[in-house]
Amino acid sequence: MLKDITLGQYYQTRSSLHSLDPRTKLIGVLIYLISLFLFNRIGAYVVALIFLAYVIKTSRVPFSFMIKGMKSIVFLLFITVIFNLFLTAGNVVFVIWKFSITDQGIRVAVFTVIRLTFLIIGASVLTLTTTPNNLTDGMEDLMKPLGVFKVPVHEIAMMMSIALRFIPILMEETDKIMKAQQARGADFEHGGPIKRAKSLVPILVPLFVSAFRRANDLAMAMEARCYRGGEGRTKMKPLKYKKADYIAYIILAVYVAAIIFAGRFAPI
Amino acid sequence: MSIILNHVNYIYGKDTPLEIKALDDICLTINDGDFIGLIGHTGSGKSTLVQHLNGLLKANNGEILYNGRDIYDGDYNLVKHRFKVGLVFQYPEHQLFEENVFKDVCFGPLNMGLDKKEAELRAFTALREVQLETEYYYVSPFDLSGGQKRRVAIAGVLAMKPDVLILDEQTAGLDPKGRDEILDLISELHKSGKTIILVSHSMEDVANYVNRIVVMNKGRIMMDDIPSKVFARYRELETMSLAAPQVTYIMQRLYEAGFDVDTSVTTVDEAKRSILSVVRPGEFYGA
Repeated sequence: MLKDITLGQYYQTRSSLHSLDPRTKLIGVLIYLISLFLFNRIGAYVVALIFLAYVIKTSRVPFSFMIKGMKSIVFLLFITVIFNLFLTAGNVVFVIWKFSITDQGIRVAVFTVIRLTFLIIGASVLTLTTTPNNLTDGMEDLMKPLGVFKVPVHEIAMMMSIALRFIPILMEETDKIMKAQQARGADFEHGGPIKRAKSLVPILVPLFVSAFRRANDLAMAMEARCYRGGEGRTKMKPLKYKKADYIAYIILAVYVAAIIFAGRFAPI
Repeated sequence: MSIILNHVNYIYGKDTPLEIKALDDICLTINDGDFIGLIGHTGSGKSTLVQHLNGLLKANNGEILYNGRDIYDGDYNLVKHRFKVGLVFQYPEHQLFEENVFKDVCFGPLNMGLDKKEAELRAFTALREVQLETEYYYVSPFDLSGGQKRRVAIAGVLAMKPDVLILDEQTAGLDPKGRDEILDLISELHKSGKTIILVSHSMEDVANYVNRIVVMNKGRIMMDDIPSKVFARYRELETMSLAAPQVTYIMQRLYEAGFDVDTSVTTVDEAKRSILSVVRPGEFYGA
């Protein structure tokens, strides 16, 4: 059951998207996400869809693998649609019992679904094609200007990379602990909410104990190698823009121009 | 009473790019009263195999019969099955959670639906069986040493009175004394009538104790025989990153050097007797 979570997972393969600089990808995703919320015309979303399809194809990540992570948010999407459908003012199209559906409501609901779906797929393309380490390196670099305002950029990035690194480890650990307790007859699936919450104790206690122990070990290992924060620290693989990154920026610029054009002048 | 595995296959991460075939057409019969050493290199599939025996993992195909019942049958109670086929995992830290040792051992029996009195009685008996000193019964399990934690973990499973006891890498990370104590303890449990499966990557550990060795490599069963016959194929074992016990190598060398010793011995004691029977005392001192 824990194995099914693909959101935020890295997919190992070779593609031009994988080898792009993480900064390029971060900026690209950011611009893409903003572009999704700026326009209210179907035409703009056609452009966004074409761009997304192109990016997915370049990433060489199987579409089915990407979609797997979407299952968990279907429920969220459903709720959003219901709220938008029934609670938006406009011309009433038809009425179900006491609730009325308006033409505006349908429009907003459709846009919300498209936006959220594109947003999640777009963001997952980033995590699927970028290793956690690369991702935080890129973020650290992009946030560097904030250092002027005394924001501890390096520390934030280090915390993020440790957190990301430990997610799979702790997940595996949880799986093992669950099995060890199941071998002693623990039952996590049956019973009421209180009984189920109680059944989590035999999992959470060993998990926390092990997480603290790991944190201790890691801190010790970092100190043993004289880690003392980001000041004056050099990188083994400094980020450097390559030709492919400039090409990516050009493609991004073309996309922005196209979506602005479509967003302004598309008939619907 | 037996466990029969019939063409069992298991694949990790099925239908993903990270697909790994962990069990490849496993056929195995575990008889009542067996003391099996399940040996394999890291990643050979031995842990995966034992997790099938108590139904924690479900085979992609193939069947597992326990006393003639298919454990994948819809109406077969897998939770109850786990009380009969007890599995102790490698790291005791993964199962200890209560505030004291005694309560932790009670966890299994209480899950069986026994009343508090009966559960405590079983916990007490189990802790006696693993020979943990009574002064540790009411301390936090996290304050114990590695060897003591192992004992408590084993007691936690023993308290359910399983017919089959599977022990996954119980000797890893222990000092030689702690290792021998645990192995002696397991041997005692076998003598008391339990079927035991001992998972290990070390032949040395199991050689003195088990009466049957199953060797796994890359998800397949490569050998399944009595220890002396398995060790005789030590050259094959080496190709699987395993090794026969050192005594096998010594006897082999002696034999090649012209001494008529018995190369099929498995323990140091047997080797000593065999060597003494071919060399007369004093022979080397005089010459």
